[in-house]
Amino acid sequence: MRARATALGTIAGVALVIALLPFALSAYHQSLAAKVATFFVAILGLNILTGYTGQISIGHGAFMAIGGYTTAVLSRDHHMNLELTMLVAFGICFVCGLLVGLPALRLSGVYLALATFALAVSVPQIPLKFSKYLGGSGGVQAATVTPLRLYAIGWAASAILFVLAWVILRGRTGRAFRAIRDSEVAATSSGVQLPVYKTLAFGISAAFAGVAGSLFVLGTNGFAQPSEFGIILSLQILIGAAVAGLGSLWGVLAGAIFIGLLPQISSSVPVIGSAHGQDVVFGLLVILVMLVLPTGVAGLLGRLRRLRAGA
Amino acid sequence: MVAIARKLDFRERRYAGGVSLPVLAGIAAACVFLVIGCLTSTIFAQQTVAGLAQGAVYGSLALALVLIYRATEVINFAQGEMAMASVYIAYQLIAWGLSYWEAFFLTLAIAFVLGIAIQVTVIRPVQQKSVIAVVIVTVGLFILIDGLVNWKWGGAIRFMPAPFGEKVYHAGGVAFARQDLGTLLVTIVSVVALWALFQFTKLGLAMRASALRPAAATLVGVRVERMLALGWGLAAVLGAVAGLMAEPSQFVLQPTLMQPILLYAFAAAVLGGLESAAGAVIGGIALGIFLNLIGQYVHFVTSELRQPFAFAVLLAVLLVKPTGLFGRRKVRKV
Repeated sequence: MRARATALGTIAGVALVIALLPFALSAYHQSLAAKVATFFVAILGLNILTGYTGQISIGHGAFMAIGGYTTAVLSRDHHMNLELTMLVAFGICFVCGLLVGLPALRLSGVYLALATFALAVSVPQIPLKFSKYLGGSGGVQAATVTPLRLYAIGWAASAILFVLAWVILRGRTGRAFRAIRDSEVAATSSGVQLPVYKTLAFGISAAFAGVAGSLFVLGTNGFAQPSEFGIILSLQILIGAAVAGLGSLWGVLAGAIFIGLLPQISSSVPVIGSAHGQDVVFGLLVILVMLVLPTGVAGLLGRLRRLRAGA
Repeated sequence: MVAIARKLDFRERRYAGGVSLPVLAGIAAACVFLVIGCLTSTIFAQQTVAGLAQGAVYGSLALALVLIYRATEVINFAQGEMAMASVYIAYQLIAWGLSYWEAFFLTLAIAFVLGIAIQVTVIRPVQQKSVIAVVIVTVGLFILIDGLVNWKWGGAIRFMPAPFGEKVYHAGGVAFARQDLGTLLVTIVSVVALWALFQFTKLGLAMRASALRPAAATLVGVRVERMLALGWGLAAVLGAVAGLMAEPSQFVLQPTLMQPILLYAFAAAVLGGLESAAGAVIGGIALGIFLNLIGQYVHFVTSELRQPFAFAVLLAVLLVKPTGLFGRRKVRKV
């Protein structure tokens, strides 16, 4: 009971800080914080799939691309309300996730990693092929938003999706996901329908990534461009999820901050502060984190909690 | 000692099956189709020749992936970037005044040392932790190497001399670029050399033993860790060969050189079964020819769709025959 109170208190505290933060930030820092929200949503989605259901995906940038292009095209061609386009992106990516999830049923481990990697490389090529509708390499321009509005949309979406993820994961569905992760054979023999829950996990996860993609596009001045959705984006999300710690919702914010802010911070480090120096720092830190904290921030928090309980 | 070794649990490594007759028949049929096609149409022959050379490059990178996968069941996502960095090292050596072939062999040596260094410093510590940790580390390496190259040499386009010259031979209306023939030759030589190393030397035997039965290999005195590091070194060398052979066909040198090729190599490795060295090479060549022919005759598949199409091949193989052409079904006791 006390643990639950502490948990709720922590969440309320973090929510309060996030709600008050924009008043203390400049426009530039607001857009940076909105970027963190984007990654927060994406990592949340990947964590449902990889952390809770045990299905690795290196292709979530592909779903982000689909979500981002949904928002951009709807905004350009139909002048649709941006928040509404995010809802549409959620739906479209849910369906796309189910479609990808179906063949993924037969894959696992390394093979799934390879297939999703290929997905991430392939999807950004599609706008180049259908440049008439999707703008080719020049991209699609959606409506632009102010940093403050972006911040509000981003963190509101994060809050809603966090609650949604929590609701999904705490109940029957979440138990089925975890059972599949821990042992597919045991899950099946306990009556968990593998195909249903595995594809469902893919769908939900992709839907989250789709919303993240919409936010991502709004964060790049409303510009959806194939080069922005390259393989590096997918890798960043995976890294964020690993830093956050798989199979726990507690570290997600830390993971989002890690991939959202680190490039900005490291590019201001004097010696290597060039545009590409940041990749060097990023890559090095990723490897270091994995060497030191293989279970991510969530694992570290868990260890601290156990230490305190033991003391 | 032998009694202890017998008691060790190898059940995860027990395989069933092998190269099946339908697969051999299919490959034979494909070869007949290619020969007939080449004899009837010069365009067809031209695309086949070009595909052969490109496929050889995919095959060598796929072989590098397979080498590491067989030993440690890890896919090295940084393999392509390691190869790309090797090409830049060669570029730098040439800029310092070495001839192309001096730079070529020196680069292979450097790649070997770097491959071992990477395994020892960053892969070995996480190897026992979890598959996902190793994947993330190789992804981190991907970004790190990419950043280092961009930082040192910049993203600007650079040029390297063509190792085999620009000469083109003609035979029966089909143009054979000397570069393509050279690529094919170098790939074949490196693959055969590797095969000989594994098949005929004591070192190769030790490496195979460490990959297949690490515990038993340790018991008979093989230094398994050292062998795994050696495997990474050899994979880096193969990758460097692939990179150096891929570079002339792209005409320019830029840091994104190997990213599409890595995707083709993944598809090739999966097509070959991910555990089979021969499968990786054959898969690479098959994929190279297939993509070129599709690009020629199916107008919908333009160059933008080349990568999605490779992805489709990968997915189709995984769905229809997850063990690939030469892979073996893994029987796992639960």
